[in-house]
Amino acid sequence: MTKLDSVRGTKGDVILDVKGLRIRAKSKAGWAEIVKGIDLTLRRGEILGLIGESGAGKSTIGLAALGYVKPGCRITDGTILFAGEDLSELSEAELRRLRGVRIAYVAQSAAAAFNPAHRLIDQYTEVAVVHGIRDAASARAQAVELYRKLHLPNPESFGERFPHQVSGGQLQRAMVAMALACKPDIIVFDEPTTALDVTTQIEVLAAIKDVVRDFHTAAIYITHDLAVVAQLADRIMVLRHGDLVEEGNTRQILEQPSADYTRQLLRRDPPKRDTTTASRNILTVSSVDAAYGSIKVLHDVSLSVGEGTTVAVVGESGSGKSTLARVVTGLLPCSKGTLMFDGRAIDSSLRRRSLDLRRRIQLVHQMPDTSLNPRHRVREVLGRPLSFYHGLMGRLRTARIIELLEQIELDPTFLDRFPEELSGGQKQRLCIARALAAKADLIICDEVTSALDQSVAQGILRLLMDLQKNLRVSYLFITHDLQTVRAIADEVVVMNQGRIVEQGPKDEFFAPPHHPYTQLLLTSVPQMDPDWLDSIRETRAALARAVSLA
Amino acid sequence: MGNIPKLIIKRLALGVFVLWVVSLFIFLGVSLLPGDVATEILGQSALPETVAAFRHELGLDLPLHIRYVHWLGGLLTGDLGHSLANGRAVSQLIGERLGNTLFLAGVAACFSVPVSLLLGLLTALYRGSVFDRFTNAVTLTWISFPEFFVAYILIMFFSVQAGWFPSLSTMREGDSFAHSLYLVTLPALTLTLVVTAHMMRMTRAAIISVLGSPFIEMAKLKGIGQRRIIVWHALPNALAPIINVVVIDLAYLIVGVVVVEVVFVYPGLGQLMIDSVQRRDITVVQACSLIFAATYVLLNMFADVLAIATNPRLMYPK
Repeated sequence: MTKLDSVRGTKGDVILDVKGLRIRAKSKAGWAEIVKGIDLTLRRGEILGLIGESGAGKSTIGLAALGYVKPGCRITDGTILFAGEDLSELSEAELRRLRGVRIAYVAQSAAAAFNPAHRLIDQYTEVAVVHGIRDAASARAQAVELYRKLHLPNPESFGERFPHQVSGGQLQRAMVAMALACKPDIIVFDEPTTALDVTTQIEVLAAIKDVVRDFHTAAIYITHDLAVVAQLADRIMVLRHGDLVEEGNTRQILEQPSADYTRQLLRRDPPKRDTTTASRNILTVSSVDAAYGSIKVLHDVSLSVGEGTTVAVVGESGSGKSTLARVVTGLLPCSKGTLMFDGRAIDSSLRRRSLDLRRRIQLVHQMPDTSLNPRHRVREVLGRPLSFYHGLMGRLRTARIIELLEQIELDPTFLDRFPEELSGGQKQRLCIARALAAKADLIICDEVTSALDQSVAQGILRLLMDLQKNLRVSYLFITHDLQTVRAIADEVVVMNQGRIVEQGPKDEFFAPPHHPYTQLLLTSVPQMDPDWLDSIRETRAALARAVSLA
Repeated sequence: MGNIPKLIIKRLALGVFVLWVVSLFIFLGVSLLPGDVATEILGQSALPETVAAFRHELGLDLPLHIRYVHWLGGLLTGDLGHSLANGRAVSQLIGERLGNTLFLAGVAACFSVPVSLLLGLLTALYRGSVFDRFTNAVTLTWISFPEFFVAYILIMFFSVQAGWFPSLSTMREGDSFAHSLYLVTLPALTLTLVVTAHMMRMTRAAIISVLGSPFIEMAKLKGIGQRRIIVWHALPNALAPIINVVVIDLAYLIVGVVVVEVVFVYPGLGQLMIDSVQRRDITVVQACSLIFAATYVLLNMFADVLAIATNPRLMYPK
């Protein structure tokens, strides 16, 4: 057996010392500075959290710790001292000797970062073998040991699998194992749990926390979620637009932040509002089954959406919540059950629905980037449903487009912009306006805020609520985020593996007693408390057992 | 793992159907040609009675559908019939020609496929460099010329001026392997020059498109060198399009070599087919066409099987 837990050096020596780092990225208007003179020190055995919203430069700084910049970027100033050598001055060949061996990287999406053509074990052993640190056989033995340590199922044979054969959480842990293969001095974790479900995130977080402590590895942990980084980091740097906002040890940042921006990040209370009850239902789904080919994904699903209210559908990936959206829109006809809309039974297939019915049910997607045609200007995006559904033309149509833009808090200067000239939040607003242009009665929001920064997401939620108040539109709101549910729902539906496990008014949902699965979800949400992860692990393990038995 | 045998069976069944349709087309197409073997052999001045008697002897006076059924029946029992022109068994006539064609195609493939893949890999590795641009320009130049032109250029330089290789590739029975190889050098080189650009550029494009993937960036961050990234990380993910283009070119090497065979007077299947069309030797034309069609069917099936075998997602489902 190899001895994994070797301790190198002592906590305290500076292992990475970044001074005055400036990085520029090529943009239309020339070279824009995206990292603006950052100083960063990392000591042995220390975990440093880099936190900020998109565009903060945190990933760019993380990659710079490996002497790497993305294509189209360059380091313009500053030094990156690692073990006495300036990484910004080393040649590619010299950098290759360090990467993967002394400084390793864990990417955000393990599914994309593992090569689909090779077995996990071969990708694991590659690092050590290519760098001449171990032979393949001993690297394999070491991999099995690490897989076991990271609680991967059947560690002896786990590595024989291809990336597509294991779950997202397992793949992310396999990547952590790969990063540890050469016992690096530093690991850069770049949002390693962001793409995971809450219940999976917690397992990966716990695994990372254990191995980093046991291996005594220094780490840079990049995330946009303060509660996540609070579980791991000794020290936190808050970044914004490539600048440092503030820096301090974790407790101090959480308890006495000095910058307004940090306080804003800490404040997670979403906009609140009173729940409304509806006099009649706009949508009723009764005992619906749906399948993709022979794989049944919805089992006996029933729910109703009251006029002018919001029903939140909560669940993890694979729970069938997006399939439910496809069934309601008619994109996926159900195999059993009935749909009622505005008091009348409707056809389950989109092709047999009337134009007017299609108009009344609209869908807003998770990714505004992929649901907007990049070659259509705002004018066309909104003008098309206006002429298609309402026959509006010419000046009347332009007037209505401007009115819609006002509703989503954009001014008429946006009329002739292309989607790529809008920010993520503005794009999502545009998608909402497109649904409004049809004068929809029911808007299905499929994870509409998941791809957005928290502050931007809150703006979108506020907008949705205002629109509901003014236009009496109903929402079927699909999300995995319980904070969002708390903010906007009137009723909550919890789904797990294609079935509804619990449903009812929001206040009942958040108050005990809970269904075990609901409780598992609720307790998996990271709290702004550095001790939360340790305190929750045992009770959660018991819950997870209860759910799998149920 | 049950995927591949199932696919092969399905494809073979479909292939038989395709060949049947092809046989219909060939039969009808050939019957539309003006004149027939009788007028062709006996000449314009033959007496109508002589022609009729000759036709009767060959069975050409029977109605079209009866002849088709006869031919198809023979085909199913493995009898390709006899040449109308000289009475030799078609299978025997074709046998040696097919061997020659496959030999030429094989030599050309053994040379062009590895060279194209290697050039594709190298140009992807050094993309944008002088080497990349030079290779692209040269291969594109060759593909832009008609084959016969390439063939004559090669003949001019290598046989007329240098005298290294013969300009006629007439094979004889009993030629040693080495001598046969020597004889087909120029036609094989012509074919190589014609197909290389196609395969090389597809390899290069497929690899470059994979190089933008996140797992390539991950490999860089693991400290893996550029060469290994191209060969171990990018190539296996670029195989599907490469396999397809290689197979299309292989089929071309077998089926599309008529012009090259004519230029070098090479006794291959293509030339036999052209001669037979001129002689209205229907049975031989039909057999050749069916062989060409079967080549396409089999090679395409081979490409699909390879594409599955090299894709773990299809090979090892969840």
